[in-house]
Amino acid sequence: MAKLRKPRTSAVDPAAAAAAAAARLPWHPPAPPVPTALLISLAALLVRVLVSVGPYSGQGAAPKFGDYEAQRHWMELTLHLPTSDWYRNTSDNDLAYWGLDYPPLSAYQSLLHGSLVNASLPDAVALRSSRGYESPESKLLLRWTVLSSDLLVFFPAALWFVWAYMKGGIDVSGEERREGWTWLLAMILISPCLVLIDHGHFQYNCISLGLTLGAIAGVLSRNELIAASLFTLAINHKQMSLYFAPAFFGHLLGKCLKRKYPIVEVMKLGFMVLGTLALVWWPFLHSYQAALQVIYRLAPFERGIYEDYVANFWCSTSVIIKWKRLFAIKPLKLMSLSATILAFLPSFVQQVKSPSNLGFLYSLMNCSFSFYLFSYQVHEKSILLPLLPASLLALREPQMYGWFVYFALFSMYPLICRDQLLLQYIAMLGLFFLIYYSPGGNQGKRLKVSCGAKVVLSLPFLCSLVLNISYLQIEPPKRYPFLFDALIMFICFSQFVILTLYTNYKQWMLDTHSRSIGVKKDL
Amino acid sequence: MASTASPATSAAAWAFAAATFVKLLLVPTYRSTDFDVHRYWLALTHALPARQWYTDASSRWTLDYPPFFAYFSRALSLPAPLVDATLVSIPVPDAPPFAHLLYLRLTVTFSDLLLLGSVLLLAGDARRRQRPFLALLLVLWSPALLAVDHVHFQYNGFLMGLLLLSLYFLEQGWDLAGGVVFASLLCSKHLFLVAAPVYFMYLFRHYCCGRGVVKGLGRLMLMGSGVAAVFAAAFAPFVYYGQMQQVFNRLFPFGRGLCHAYWAPNFWVFYIMLDKILAFLLRRLGFNIAIPEASFTGGLVGDSSPFDVLPKVTPITTFLLVILAMAPYLVKAFSNPQPKHIV
Repeated sequence: MAKLRKPRTSAVDPAAAAAAAAARLPWHPPAPPVPTALLISLAALLVRVLVSVGPYSGQGAAPKFGDYEAQRHWMELTLHLPTSDWYRNTSDNDLAYWGLDYPPLSAYQSLLHGSLVNASLPDAVALRSSRGYESPESKLLLRWTVLSSDLLVFFPAALWFVWAYMKGGIDVSGEERREGWTWLLAMILISPCLVLIDHGHFQYNCISLGLTLGAIAGVLSRNELIAASLFTLAINHKQMSLYFAPAFFGHLLGKCLKRKYPIVEVMKLGFMVLGTLALVWWPFLHSYQAALQVIYRLAPFERGIYEDYVANFWCSTSVIIKWKRLFAIKPLKLMSLSATILAFLPSFVQQVKSPSNLGFLYSLMNCSFSFYLFSYQVHEKSILLPLLPASLLALREPQMYGWFVYFALFSMYPLICRDQLLLQYIAMLGLFFLIYYSPGGNQGKRLKVSCGAKVVLSLPFLCSLVLNISYLQIEPPKRYPFLFDALIMFICFSQFVILTLYTNYKQWMLDTHSRSIGVKKDL
Repeated sequence: MASTASPATSAAAWAFAAATFVKLLLVPTYRSTDFDVHRYWLALTHALPARQWYTDASSRWTLDYPPFFAYFSRALSLPAPLVDATLVSIPVPDAPPFAHLLYLRLTVTFSDLLLLGSVLLLAGDARRRQRPFLALLLVLWSPALLAVDHVHFQYNGFLMGLLLLSLYFLEQGWDLAGGVVFASLLCSKHLFLVAAPVYFMYLFRHYCCGRGVVKGLGRLMLMGSGVAAVFAAAFAPFVYYGQMQQVFNRLFPFGRGLCHAYWAPNFWVFYIMLDKILAFLLRRLGFNIAIPEASFTGGLVGDSSPFDVLPKVTPITTFLLVILAMAPYLVKAFSNPQPKHIV
C-alpha cells in the first residue's frame, strides 16, 4: 500500500487541499496499515464492550429466561455430563428446558467456556442447581466469553479477508486499495446487527460467521483446502451456516471444472470436508443411533414453518394464504425446499459456469437470502447470514449495503424492544451511519437515482420511522394485537425482495460485463 | 476563512456526534455518589428558592459549588417536570428509576455542546496556529473526560468548554472577553481558582500596562468592573440574604482535611509517607511519639491532620506553597505576555 502519495481531494486548488489536510482524521490516507487496522479493531471492541453493559435476553424473566440462560445451561450440561448424554433426554438433561440444538462444535465451545467459568464461579454452572443463575459476576464472565470468541475468531477472519481482498482477490483500482480498505474493515467489524445480537441479546454467531468469513478469505486467496475445512467447521458450529453451502459448492465446483484434473480437485476438497466432519463428530460416530439423535435435535421440523414474525415469504404471505392451516408439515417441507432451491438456482448455475471471486461474494449473498426468504423455521436473527456477504460487498455496493443494514436492524426491532436494548439500538444505528458517512471516507460508486425513484424509496423509510415510534407508544387494537409486528415484517420483506432481485441481477450481469471486456480469469 | 474552515468544522462535528453515541452507550454503566449529588442539586435548585440553596440540609450532599453552577443546574431542571415530576421533588427518593438516570446523563451530554462550540472556534483557527487537528479531536474524545463525566458523573465538559472559550478569546487578543468568561468560570467551579494568578498576571500586564498611566488605569477599571459585575451577578442574592459566611464555608470545606479519602497523586503523598517513615524510625530509636487516631490510609475524612513528626499543614501553608510553585509562570506572564503562549 503506497504511503507517500498525497491525499486526493476533489478540489484541485492548494488552499482546499490544505484545508482538507488540516482536518485529517487518523485513518485517512496515507494511513499506515498495521496501526490503523489496530485502531479500527479497538474501536470495534470498544463498541462491543459498551453494548455488553446492557441487558441480555431473558434477563430476570423467570422461569424460562432466554438465550443467555440457554447458553449457560449448555455450559452446565457439557461440563458435567458425558458426551453420549449431551443430546439425549436423561434425568439430568431435560431436553424440554433448553436442550442442545446446535451441532457438536457448539457443544465443545460450551465445554471450553464452561470450564473457564467453572474455574472462577462454579455456582454458575453447577449441575441442576444453577438453573436461572443470574449475578453481575456471571454476566461479566459470560459476556467475556462472547467477546473473547469474537476477538479470536471473527476479528482475524475480517482482517484476513480485507487483506485478501486488497491483495488482488477482487479487482480493485489503486485508489480503492489505498483509501477503501479502512472503510471496508470498519463496515465488516462494526456491523450493528451482529454486535446487538451477539453482545446484547447474547449469542455466539461471531464464531460461525467468523469461520465462514475465514473460509471466504481462503477462497479469495486461493487456499481452497483451508477454506473447505473452515466452512465445514462453521457448519458444525451452527447448522444455519448451511445457508452458504450452495454458494461454496457452486463456486468451488466451477473452479475445479476449469482445472486440469477436475475429479482429483473435487476429491481433495471432499476428503478435507469429510475429514473435518469426522474429527468433529468423532464421539457420536460409534453408532448410527447416536448420530441420528444429534441430527434429530438439529432439525426440529415439528416447530412449524415459521415461528413469531419474521420477514420471509411464508410468514408475510400467511396473511393471505394460511399455510399452516392448508398444508401438513411434510408437504410444507417439500414446498419450502423446492422454493429455496429454485431461488438460489440461478446464482448457483452462474458460479458453476463462470466462477469468479466477485461472483462468489454475490452468490453468497443470493444463496443465503434465498434460504432466509423461503426456508423452513427461519428466525429473525438469520438475517445475520445474508448481512455478512453484503458487508463484504460494501465497497462495490455501498448504497445497497446501507439500505440493507437499516432494514435488517428494523426487522429485528421487536426483538430489540423485548430485550430492552433500545438505547443500544439507537447508539449502534447512529455510530454505523456516522462511520458510513465519515468525512473524507470512500463511498465508491454512486447509483444515479432519479427524483421519482428517490421519493418511492423514501416511502418505506418514513413508514419505518413512524412504526419505530408507534410500536413503543401506541397500543395496537385488541383485534390485531400483533398489528405493528406484522407491518414491520411486511415493510422489511418488501425491501428484502427488492434487494435480492437486485443482487441476483448484478451477479448475472457480471458474466456479460466480463465477456464484453474480454477478461480472462486465471484459476 | 469560512470555506477553508469547513472540512475541519465538519470533521469536529462528526467526532462530537460519534462521541455522543458512545456517551449514550455509557448510560447504564456504573455511577458514583456524584450522580446522587447532582440529582439532589437538580431538585434543590428547582423546588426551593435561592434563599435556601446553601442552607438546606435535607440531604447530606450539600451544595458546594458557586452560584453560577446552581443557576446552571436550575436551567437543566427546567424541562424535567415534563418528563417526571419526581425528578425535581425534595426530598429525593433513594433508588432512581431508569428515566431519571437517562435524563441526568442526557443533561451532561447536552452541556458538552459548549465544549463542541469552543473546539469548533479553536478548529477554525487551528491552521493558522499550527495546532494539529488531532489535538482538538482528542479533547472531544478525551477518555478521562468520558470516564469522569459520563461514568462517574460530573459536568466537567461544560466547564472545560468555558475555559477553552476564555483561552480562545485571549488568543485572539480579546482580553476583556477572556477575563469576563474566566470570571464566570470561577463562579461555576471555584476549582479553577488555581489558574487565577496566571490570568491575573497575564491580563494585568497585557491588557493594562504599556499604554500610559491614564489609559492603563482606565483599562484596569474596565477589567475590574467587568469581573466585579460577574461576581456580583453570582453572589449578590446571597450577600442580600446575609449568607456569605455560610456560602464560604460550603465552598471551601477545610474541615475535610488535607487529603481526600482517595489520594490525589500530589506532593502531600510524599509528605505523609515521610512523616510515617520518620515516626516509625523515631519510635524504634526510643522516642515517645504519640500514635494518632485518625489515619490517612483509613479513608476517613476528618479535620485533624495528625502528623506525628512533621509540622501540621494548615490551609494558609498550602496556599503559600501553591503561589510559590506558580511563581515562575507568573513572572513569565508578567514579563512577556504573548497571546500565542497563553494556552
